[in-house]
Amino acid sequence: MSGLRALDPVSGARAPSVMPLEQAVWAALEDVHDPEIPAISVVDLGVVHRVQVAPGRVRVELLPTFVGCPAVDLMRSAVEERLDGFAPDVEAVISFAEPWTSERITPEGHKRLRESGFGPPAPAGDDERLLPVLPVAPCPYCGSLDTTIENAFGPTLCRAIYHCSACRQPFEQFKTV
Amino acid sequence: MTATPEGAAAPERRATRRLAEPDLPHFDIGDLDAPTREALSSLLLTMADDEFVLGFWDSEWTGIAPMLEEDVAFSSLAQDEIGHARLLYEMLAQLRGGNADELAFGRHADEYHHCHLLDHPRTDWAFSVARRWLYDTADAVRLDALRYSSFAPLAQVVEKIRREETYHLMHMDVWMRRLAQGGEPHDRLEKALATLWPDALSMFASVPDEGRLIDEGILASTMSDLAERQYEQLSAVLVNLGLSVPGRRPSSEDGRDRAQASDSFRWLWGEFTMVHRLEEGASW
Repeated sequence: MSGLRALDPVSGARAPSVMPLEQAVWAALEDVHDPEIPAISVVDLGVVHRVQVAPGRVRVELLPTFVGCPAVDLMRSAVEERLDGFAPDVEAVISFAEPWTSERITPEGHKRLRESGFGPPAPAGDDERLLPVLPVAPCPYCGSLDTTIENAFGPTLCRAIYHCSACRQPFEQFKTV
Repeated sequence: MTATPEGAAAPERRATRRLAEPDLPHFDIGDLDAPTREALSSLLLTMADDEFVLGFWDSEWTGIAPMLEEDVAFSSLAQDEIGHARLLYEMLAQLRGGNADELAFGRHADEYHHCHLLDHPRTDWAFSVARRWLYDTADAVRLDALRYSSFAPLAQVVEKIRREETYHLMHMDVWMRRLAQGGEPHDRLEKALATLWPDALSMFASVPDEGRLIDEGILASTMSDLAERQYEQLSAVLVNLGLSVPGRRPSSEDGRDRAQASDSFRWLWGEFTMVHRLEEGASW
Protein backbone atom coordinates (compact mmCIF):
# COMPACT_ATOMS: atom_id res chain seq x y z
CA MET A 1 0.00 0.00 0.00
CA SER A 2 1.54 3.25 -1.07
CA GLY A 3 0.98 6.32 1.02
CA LEU A 4 2.31 9.69 2.05
CA ARG A 5 3.82 10.05 5.46
CA ALA A 6 2.26 12.76 7.56
CA LEU A 7 2.82 13.83 11.13
CA ASP A 8 0.18 12.59 13.50
CA PRO A 9 -1.34 15.78 14.92
CA VAL A 10 -1.95 14.14 18.33
CA SER A 11 1.16 12.14 19.02
CA GLY A 12 3.57 14.22 16.94
CA ALA A 13 6.65 13.01 15.16
CA ARG A 14 7.34 10.07 17.42
CA ALA A 15 4.57 8.00 15.89
CA PRO A 16 4.05 9.13 12.31
CA SER A 17 0.85 7.86 10.82
CA VAL A 18 0.44 7.06 7.18
CA MET A 19 -2.09 9.18 5.36
CA PRO A 20 -3.51 6.98 2.65
CA LEU A 21 -2.60 8.34 -0.78
CA GLU A 22 -6.21 8.63 -1.86
CA GLN A 23 -7.02 10.79 1.15
CA ALA A 24 -3.94 12.94 0.46
CA VAL A 25 -5.09 13.42 -3.12
CA TRP A 26 -8.56 14.57 -2.01
CA ALA A 27 -6.94 16.96 0.46
CA ALA A 28 -4.67 18.38 -2.25
CA LEU A 29 -7.60 18.83 -4.61
CA GLU A 30 -9.05 21.29 -2.07
CA ASP A 31 -6.25 23.63 -3.23
CA VAL A 32 -7.36 23.55 -6.85
CA HIS A 33 -9.88 26.27 -7.54
CA ASP A 34 -12.35 26.98 -10.28
CA PRO A 35 -10.51 29.44 -12.57
CA GLU A 36 -13.76 31.33 -13.19
CA ILE A 37 -14.83 31.44 -9.52
CA PRO A 38 -11.63 31.28 -7.47
CA ALA A 39 -13.62 31.24 -4.20
CA ILE A 40 -14.58 27.61 -4.66
CA SER A 41 -12.44 24.48 -4.94
CA VAL A 42 -13.04 21.77 -7.51
CA VAL A 43 -14.03 19.48 -4.62
CA ASP A 44 -16.69 21.87 -3.28
CA LEU A 45 -17.90 22.53 -6.81
CA GLY A 46 -18.54 18.79 -7.11
CA VAL A 47 -16.60 18.34 -10.33
CA VAL A 48 -14.37 15.57 -8.96
CA HIS A 49 -16.16 12.39 -9.96
CA ARG A 50 -13.64 10.01 -8.42
CA VAL A 51 -10.04 9.49 -7.48
CA GLN A 52 -8.37 6.22 -8.35
CA VAL A 53 -5.10 5.21 -6.78
CA ALA A 54 -2.92 2.29 -7.88
CA PRO A 55 0.76 1.60 -7.31
CA GLY A 56 2.66 4.33 -9.13
CA ARG A 57 -0.52 5.88 -10.45
CA VAL A 58 -3.12 8.50 -9.58
CA ARG A 59 -6.11 9.13 -11.81
CA VAL A 60 -8.71 11.84 -11.22
CA GLU A 61 -11.96 11.97 -13.17
CA LEU A 62 -13.63 15.36 -13.57
CA LEU A 63 -17.24 16.07 -14.53
CA PRO A 64 -17.61 19.25 -16.62
CA THR A 65 -20.25 21.64 -15.26
CA PHE A 66 -21.21 22.54 -18.84
CA VAL A 67 -20.09 20.67 -21.96
CA GLY A 68 -18.70 23.79 -23.64
CA CYS A 69 -17.03 25.09 -20.46
CA PRO A 70 -13.61 26.51 -21.43
CA ALA A 71 -12.43 26.23 -17.81
CA VAL A 72 -12.46 22.44 -17.94
CA ASP A 73 -9.12 22.22 -19.72
CA LEU A 74 -7.59 24.62 -17.20
CA MET A 75 -8.98 22.63 -14.27
CA ARG A 76 -7.60 19.45 -15.76
CA SER A 77 -4.08 20.86 -16.05
CA ALA A 78 -4.32 22.57 -12.63
CA VAL A 79 -5.22 19.21 -11.05
CA GLU A 80 -2.29 17.49 -12.76
CA GLU A 81 0.04 20.27 -11.70
CA ARG A 82 -1.11 20.13 -8.06
CA LEU A 83 -0.74 16.34 -7.94
CA ASP A 84 2.67 16.39 -9.59
CA GLY A 85 4.93 14.14 -7.51
CA PHE A 86 2.14 12.21 -5.79
CA ALA A 87 2.89 9.29 -8.11
CA PRO A 88 5.07 8.78 -11.20
CA ASP A 89 1.94 8.68 -13.31
CA VAL A 90 -0.65 11.39 -12.59
CA GLU A 91 -3.57 11.85 -14.91
CA ALA A 92 -6.72 14.00 -14.85
CA VAL A 93 -9.44 13.10 -17.35
CA ILE A 94 -12.96 14.22 -18.24
CA SER A 95 -15.83 11.86 -17.52
CA PHE A 96 -19.51 11.81 -18.43
CA ALA A 97 -20.20 8.72 -16.31
CA GLU A 98 -22.79 10.81 -14.52
CA PRO A 99 -23.95 14.32 -15.34
CA TRP A 100 -22.63 17.12 -13.16
CA THR A 101 -25.63 18.70 -11.50
CA SER A 102 -25.83 21.74 -9.27
CA GLU A 103 -26.84 19.35 -6.46
CA ARG A 104 -23.19 18.27 -6.39
CA ILE A 105 -22.03 21.59 -4.91
CA THR A 106 -21.26 20.90 -1.25
CA PRO A 107 -22.71 22.89 1.69
CA GLU A 108 -19.25 24.42 2.12
CA GLY A 109 -19.41 25.34 -1.59
CA HIS A 110 -22.77 27.06 -1.08
CA LYS A 111 -21.26 29.05 1.78
CA ARG A 112 -18.24 30.07 -0.31
CA LEU A 113 -20.44 31.14 -3.21
CA ARG A 114 -22.66 33.28 -0.97
CA GLU A 115 -19.60 34.88 0.62
CA SER A 116 -18.35 35.89 -2.82
CA GLY A 117 -21.69 37.40 -3.85
CA PHE A 118 -22.93 34.52 -6.00
CA GLY A 119 -26.32 32.99 -5.44
CA PRO A 120 -25.88 29.26 -4.92
CA PRO A 121 -28.11 27.07 -7.09
CA ALA A 122 -31.63 26.45 -5.88
CA PRO A 123 -32.62 22.82 -5.28
CA ALA A 124 -33.76 21.12 -8.49
CA GLY A 125 -37.43 20.29 -8.83
CA ASP A 126 -38.26 16.70 -9.65
CA ASP A 127 -40.89 17.40 -12.29
CA GLU A 128 -39.90 17.24 -15.90
CA ARG A 129 -42.05 19.82 -17.59
CA LEU A 130 -41.10 20.77 -21.11
CA LEU A 131 -40.70 24.39 -20.06
CA PRO A 132 -39.58 24.43 -16.45
CA VAL A 133 -40.12 27.46 -14.28
CA LEU A 134 -36.93 28.91 -12.85
CA PRO A 135 -36.61 28.35 -9.13
CA VAL A 136 -36.74 31.33 -6.79
CA ALA A 137 -33.25 32.68 -6.15
CA PRO A 138 -32.62 34.32 -2.79
CA CYS A 139 -30.34 37.37 -2.89
CA PRO A 140 -26.85 36.44 -1.62
CA TYR A 141 -26.44 39.93 -0.10
CA CYS A 142 -29.67 40.53 1.84
CA GLY A 143 -31.44 37.18 1.62
CA SER A 144 -34.58 38.68 0.06
CA LEU A 145 -36.71 36.44 -2.13
CA ASP A 146 -37.92 39.48 -4.07
CA THR A 147 -35.61 38.84 -7.01
CA THR A 148 -36.16 38.62 -10.75
CA ILE A 149 -34.14 37.00 -13.48
CA GLU A 150 -32.53 39.45 -15.90
CA ASN A 151 -30.86 36.95 -18.17
CA ALA A 152 -30.64 33.16 -18.09
CA PHE A 153 -27.21 33.58 -19.68
CA GLY A 154 -24.56 35.30 -17.58
CA PRO A 155 -20.83 35.87 -17.89
CA THR A 156 -20.12 32.14 -17.88
CA LEU A 157 -22.23 29.21 -19.07
CA CYS A 158 -23.07 28.13 -15.51
CA ARG A 159 -24.36 31.48 -14.22
CA ALA A 160 -27.55 33.52 -14.72
CA ILE A 161 -28.03 37.20 -13.89
CA TYR A 162 -30.65 38.26 -11.33
CA HIS A 163 -31.68 41.54 -9.77
CA CYS A 164 -32.70 41.97 -6.13
CA SER A 165 -35.58 44.42 -5.73
CA ALA A 166 -35.00 44.70 -1.98
CA CYS A 167 -31.37 45.83 -1.95
CA ARG A 168 -31.31 46.87 -5.63
CA GLN A 169 -28.26 44.83 -6.31
CA PRO A 170 -27.68 42.68 -9.37
CA PHE A 171 -26.15 39.30 -8.62
CA GLU A 172 -25.11 36.15 -10.39
CA GLN A 173 -26.91 32.93 -9.67
CA PHE A 174 -25.43 29.51 -10.23
CA LYS A 175 -27.84 27.75 -12.57
CA THR A 176 -29.77 24.78 -11.34
CA VAL A 177 -29.03 21.95 -13.78
CA MET B 1 9.08 36.72 -33.06
CA THR B 2 9.83 39.27 -30.38
CA ALA B 3 13.24 39.10 -28.79
CA THR B 4 13.49 37.75 -25.27
CA PRO B 5 15.14 40.26 -22.93
CA GLU B 6 18.60 39.14 -21.97
CA GLY B 7 18.58 36.76 -19.04
CA ALA B 8 14.81 36.32 -19.01
CA ALA B 9 13.55 32.78 -19.29
CA ALA B 10 11.29 31.96 -22.21
CA PRO B 11 7.68 31.88 -21.04
CA GLU B 12 6.39 28.42 -20.28
CA ARG B 13 3.77 27.22 -22.69
CA ARG B 14 2.49 24.14 -20.92
CA ALA B 15 -1.06 25.47 -20.55
CA THR B 16 -1.67 25.16 -24.29
CA ARG B 17 -0.61 21.53 -24.30
CA ARG B 18 -4.01 20.37 -23.19
CA LEU B 19 -6.24 22.36 -25.47
CA ALA B 20 -5.90 20.13 -28.48
CA GLU B 21 -6.78 16.99 -26.55
CA PRO B 22 -10.25 15.51 -26.77
CA ASP B 23 -12.76 15.87 -23.95
CA LEU B 24 -14.61 12.67 -24.58
CA PRO B 25 -13.27 9.73 -22.56
CA HIS B 26 -12.13 6.75 -24.58
CA PHE B 27 -14.86 4.11 -24.95
CA ASP B 28 -14.97 0.52 -26.09
CA ILE B 29 -16.61 0.01 -29.48
CA GLY B 30 -15.97 -3.73 -29.47
CA ASP B 31 -19.64 -4.54 -28.87
CA LEU B 32 -20.87 -2.81 -32.00
CA ASP B 33 -20.81 -4.72 -35.27
CA ALA B 34 -19.77 -2.88 -38.42
CA PRO B 35 -23.28 -2.12 -39.81
CA THR B 36 -24.48 -0.82 -36.43
CA ARG B 37 -21.39 1.33 -36.13
CA GLU B 38 -22.11 2.71 -39.58
CA ALA B 39 -25.76 3.50 -38.78
CA LEU B 40 -24.78 5.09 -35.48
CA SER B 41 -22.15 7.18 -37.24
CA SER B 42 -24.76 8.50 -39.68
CA LEU B 43 -27.02 9.52 -36.79
CA LEU B 44 -24.19 11.18 -34.87
CA LEU B 45 -23.04 13.09 -37.93
CA THR B 46 -26.50 14.61 -38.42
CA MET B 47 -26.69 15.60 -34.75
CA ALA B 48 -23.17 17.03 -34.66
CA ASP B 49 -23.68 19.01 -37.88
CA ASP B 50 -26.99 20.40 -36.59
CA GLU B 51 -25.47 21.65 -33.34
CA PHE B 52 -22.36 22.96 -35.06
CA VAL B 53 -24.17 24.93 -37.75
CA LEU B 54 -26.75 26.31 -35.32
CA GLY B 55 -23.93 27.40 -33.00
CA PHE B 56 -22.30 29.38 -35.79
CA TRP B 57 -25.61 31.03 -36.78
CA ASP B 58 -26.02 32.02 -33.11
CA SER B 59 -22.54 33.48 -33.04
CA GLU B 60 -23.48 35.76 -35.92
CA TRP B 61 -25.39 37.84 -33.32
CA THR B 62 -22.31 38.39 -31.18
CA GLY B 63 -21.76 42.14 -31.05
CA ILE B 64 -24.93 43.12 -32.93
CA ALA B 65 -27.86 41.58 -31.00
CA PRO B 66 -30.73 44.01 -30.30
CA MET B 67 -29.69 44.36 -26.65
CA LEU B 68 -26.61 43.63 -24.60
CA GLU B 69 -28.30 40.79 -22.66
CA GLU B 70 -29.07 39.01 -25.92
CA ASP B 71 -25.57 39.56 -27.16
CA VAL B 72 -24.38 37.62 -24.11
CA ALA B 73 -27.18 35.06 -24.35
CA PHE B 74 -26.63 34.22 -28.01
CA SER B 75 -22.88 34.03 -27.49
CA SER B 76 -23.49 31.56 -24.65
CA LEU B 77 -25.92 29.58 -26.77
CA ALA B 78 -23.28 29.41 -29.50
CA GLN B 79 -20.65 28.25 -27.00
CA ASP B 80 -22.99 25.53 -25.69
CA GLU B 81 -23.90 24.23 -29.14
CA ILE B 82 -20.35 24.16 -30.44
CA GLY B 83 -19.33 22.39 -27.21
CA HIS B 84 -22.00 19.74 -27.87
CA ALA B 85 -20.88 19.41 -31.48
CA ARG B 86 -17.29 18.94 -30.35
CA LEU B 87 -18.24 15.98 -28.15
CA LEU B 88 -20.31 14.39 -30.91
CA TYR B 89 -17.53 14.83 -33.47
CA GLU B 90 -15.10 13.27 -30.98
CA MET B 91 -17.46 10.33 -30.57
CA LEU B 92 -17.62 9.96 -34.35
CA ALA B 93 -13.86 10.12 -34.60
CA GLN B 94 -13.58 7.24 -32.12
CA LEU B 95 -16.17 5.22 -34.04
CA ARG B 96 -14.83 5.71 -37.53
CA GLY B 97 -11.29 6.98 -37.12
CA GLY B 98 -10.12 10.44 -38.11
CA ASN B 99 -10.23 13.44 -35.84
CA ALA B 100 -12.86 15.85 -34.63
CA ASP B 101 -11.25 18.97 -36.08
CA GLU B 102 -11.10 17.49 -39.55
CA LEU B 103 -14.76 16.48 -39.33
CA ALA B 104 -15.74 19.93 -38.13
CA PHE B 105 -13.63 22.12 -40.38
CA GLY B 106 -12.08 19.91 -43.05
CA ARG B 107 -15.12 19.08 -45.17
CA HIS B 108 -16.29 20.79 -48.32
CA ALA B 109 -19.41 22.95 -47.86
CA ASP B 110 -21.48 20.39 -49.82
CA GLU B 111 -20.61 17.60 -47.38
CA TYR B 112 -22.47 18.79 -44.27
CA HIS B 113 -25.67 17.02 -43.20
CA HIS B 114 -27.42 19.68 -41.11
CA CYS B 115 -31.20 19.87 -41.50
CA HIS B 116 -32.83 22.35 -43.90
CA LEU B 117 -34.03 24.48 -41.00
CA LEU B 118 -30.41 25.61 -40.69
CA ASP B 119 -30.01 26.49 -44.37
CA HIS B 120 -31.71 29.87 -43.95
CA PRO B 121 -29.64 33.01 -43.34
CA ARG B 122 -29.72 34.76 -39.96
CA THR B 123 -32.25 37.37 -41.20
CA ASP B 124 -33.87 39.49 -38.44
CA TRP B 125 -34.28 38.92 -34.70
CA ALA B 126 -37.78 37.45 -34.97
CA PHE B 127 -36.49 35.03 -37.58
CA SER B 128 -33.61 33.87 -35.38
CA VAL B 129 -35.96 33.45 -32.42
CA ALA B 130 -38.47 31.49 -34.52
CA ARG B 131 -35.77 29.26 -35.99
CA ARG B 132 -34.17 28.61 -32.63
CA TRP B 133 -37.50 27.83 -31.03
CA LEU B 134 -38.37 25.37 -33.82
CA TYR B 135 -34.94 23.83 -33.38
CA ASP B 136 -34.95 23.63 -29.58
CA THR B 137 -38.41 22.08 -29.36
CA ALA B 138 -37.45 19.48 -31.99
CA ASP B 139 -34.09 18.82 -30.37
CA ALA B 140 -35.80 18.11 -27.03
CA VAL B 141 -37.86 15.42 -28.77
CA ARG B 142 -34.75 13.92 -30.38
CA LEU B 143 -32.74 13.94 -27.15
CA ASP B 144 -35.62 12.24 -25.34
CA ALA B 145 -35.37 9.38 -27.83
CA LEU B 146 -31.68 8.92 -27.03
CA ARG B 147 -31.72 9.38 -23.28
CA TYR B 148 -31.92 5.70 -22.50
CA SER B 149 -29.81 4.60 -25.46
CA SER B 150 -28.19 1.18 -25.13
CA PHE B 151 -25.00 2.81 -26.39
CA ALA B 152 -23.82 4.11 -23.02
CA PRO B 153 -21.36 6.80 -24.16
CA LEU B 154 -24.18 8.44 -26.13
CA ALA B 155 -26.75 8.12 -23.32
CA GLN B 156 -24.30 9.78 -20.92
CA VAL B 157 -23.53 12.69 -23.21
CA VAL B 158 -27.23 13.17 -24.04
CA GLU B 159 -28.11 13.26 -20.35
CA LYS B 160 -25.63 16.09 -19.92
CA ILE B 161 -26.67 17.98 -23.07
CA ARG B 162 -30.40 17.80 -22.19
CA ARG B 163 -29.85 19.76 -19.02
CA GLU B 164 -28.22 22.60 -20.92
CA GLU B 165 -30.77 22.58 -23.72
CA THR B 166 -33.53 23.09 -21.16
CA TYR B 167 -32.20 26.62 -20.64
CA HIS B 168 -32.13 27.27 -24.37
CA LEU B 169 -35.71 26.15 -24.67
CA MET B 170 -36.77 28.30 -21.74
CA HIS B 171 -35.05 31.35 -23.19
CA MET B 172 -36.65 30.90 -26.59
CA ASP B 173 -40.05 30.27 -25.03
CA VAL B 174 -39.84 33.63 -23.27
CA TRP B 175 -38.92 35.36 -26.54
CA MET B 176 -41.69 33.64 -28.48
CA ARG B 177 -44.23 34.82 -25.89
CA ARG B 178 -42.78 38.33 -25.93
CA LEU B 179 -42.83 38.69 -29.71
CA ALA B 180 -46.21 36.98 -30.16
CA GLN B 181 -48.00 39.63 -28.10
CA GLY B 182 -48.84 41.90 -31.01
CA GLY B 183 -47.84 44.70 -33.33
CA GLU B 184 -44.77 44.59 -35.54
CA PRO B 185 -43.00 41.85 -33.53
CA HIS B 186 -46.03 39.58 -33.98
CA ASP B 187 -46.11 40.24 -37.72
CA ARG B 188 -42.42 39.62 -38.12
CA LEU B 189 -42.69 36.41 -36.12
CA GLU B 190 -45.55 35.14 -38.28
CA LYS B 191 -43.62 36.01 -41.42
CA ALA B 192 -40.56 34.14 -40.12
CA LEU B 193 -42.63 31.09 -39.15
CA ALA B 194 -44.24 31.04 -42.60
CA THR B 195 -40.81 31.02 -44.27
CA LEU B 196 -39.44 28.35 -41.93
CA TRP B 197 -42.54 26.17 -41.78
CA PRO B 198 -41.72 23.85 -44.74
CA ASP B 199 -38.49 22.95 -42.88
CA ALA B 200 -39.97 22.79 -39.37
CA LEU B 201 -39.67 18.99 -39.19
CA SER B 202 -36.51 18.64 -41.28
CA MET B 203 -34.49 17.47 -38.25
CA PHE B 204 -36.44 14.20 -38.42
CA ALA B 205 -35.36 13.01 -41.86
CA SER B 206 -34.81 9.29 -41.47
CA VAL B 207 -31.26 8.10 -40.93
CA PRO B 208 -29.82 5.33 -43.16
CA ASP B 209 -30.42 1.90 -41.60
CA GLU B 210 -32.48 3.47 -38.81
CA GLY B 211 -34.27 0.16 -38.12
CA ARG B 212 -31.00 -1.33 -36.93
CA LEU B 213 -30.54 1.47 -34.40
CA ILE B 214 -34.02 0.80 -33.05
CA ASP B 215 -33.49 -2.98 -32.92
CA GLU B 216 -30.26 -2.44 -31.01
CA GLY B 217 -31.94 -0.10 -28.53
CA ILE B 218 -29.71 2.81 -29.55
CA LEU B 219 -32.62 4.99 -30.70
CA ALA B 220 -36.06 4.70 -29.06
CA SER B 221 -38.40 5.64 -31.95
CA THR B 222 -38.30 6.07 -35.69
CA MET B 223 -37.59 9.58 -36.94
CA SER B 224 -41.04 9.70 -38.53
CA ASP B 225 -42.66 8.98 -35.14
CA LEU B 226 -40.58 11.74 -33.60
CA ALA B 227 -41.67 14.09 -36.41
CA GLU B 228 -45.29 13.31 -35.62
CA ARG B 229 -44.78 14.01 -31.93
CA GLN B 230 -43.10 17.33 -32.73
CA TYR B 231 -45.82 18.34 -35.19
CA GLU B 232 -48.59 17.81 -32.63
CA GLN B 233 -46.67 19.73 -30.01
CA LEU B 234 -45.85 22.62 -32.36
CA SER B 235 -49.39 23.07 -33.57
CA ALA B 236 -50.73 23.12 -30.00
CA VAL B 237 -48.18 25.68 -28.78
CA LEU B 238 -48.64 27.98 -31.80
CA VAL B 239 -52.38 28.13 -31.22
CA ASN B 240 -51.75 28.74 -27.54
CA LEU B 241 -49.51 31.69 -28.40
CA GLY B 242 -52.12 33.21 -30.67
CA LEU B 243 -50.07 32.50 -33.78
CA SER B 244 -51.42 30.91 -36.90
CA VAL B 245 -50.23 27.49 -37.97
CA PRO B 246 -48.56 28.53 -41.23
CA GLY B 247 -49.66 25.66 -43.44
CA ARG B 248 -50.10 21.96 -43.97
CA ARG B 249 -48.02 19.43 -42.06
CA PRO B 250 -44.50 19.76 -43.44
CA SER B 251 -42.63 16.72 -44.65
CA SER B 252 -39.59 15.45 -42.77
CA GLU B 253 -38.43 12.83 -45.25
CA ASP B 254 -36.16 14.98 -47.41
CA GLY B 255 -35.07 17.15 -44.49
CA ARG B 256 -31.36 16.70 -45.13
CA ASP B 257 -31.30 15.99 -48.87
CA ARG B 258 -29.47 18.50 -50.99
CA ALA B 259 -27.49 18.36 -54.18
CA GLN B 260 -25.25 21.13 -52.95
CA ALA B 261 -24.95 23.60 -50.11
CA SER B 262 -27.39 26.51 -49.97
CA ASP B 263 -25.95 29.95 -50.67
CA SER B 264 -26.40 31.11 -47.09
CA PHE B 265 -24.71 28.01 -45.68
CA ARG B 266 -21.88 28.36 -48.15
CA TRP B 267 -21.32 31.88 -46.80
CA LEU B 268 -21.41 30.67 -43.16
CA TRP B 269 -19.04 27.81 -44.01
CA GLY B 270 -16.63 30.33 -45.50
CA GLU B 271 -16.68 32.20 -42.19
CA PHE B 272 -16.22 29.27 -39.82
CA THR B 273 -13.59 27.45 -41.86
CA MET B 274 -11.57 30.59 -42.59
CA VAL B 275 -8.80 29.99 -40.04
CA HIS B 276 -8.62 26.30 -40.91
CA ARG B 277 -8.27 27.09 -44.60
CA LEU B 278 -5.73 29.85 -44.05
CA GLU B 279 -3.41 27.69 -42.02
CA GLU B 280 -4.00 24.00 -41.84
CA GLY B 281 -3.25 22.46 -38.46
CA ALA B 282 -3.28 25.86 -36.73
CA SER B 283 -3.83 25.63 -32.97
CA TRP B 284 -4.51 28.29 -30.41
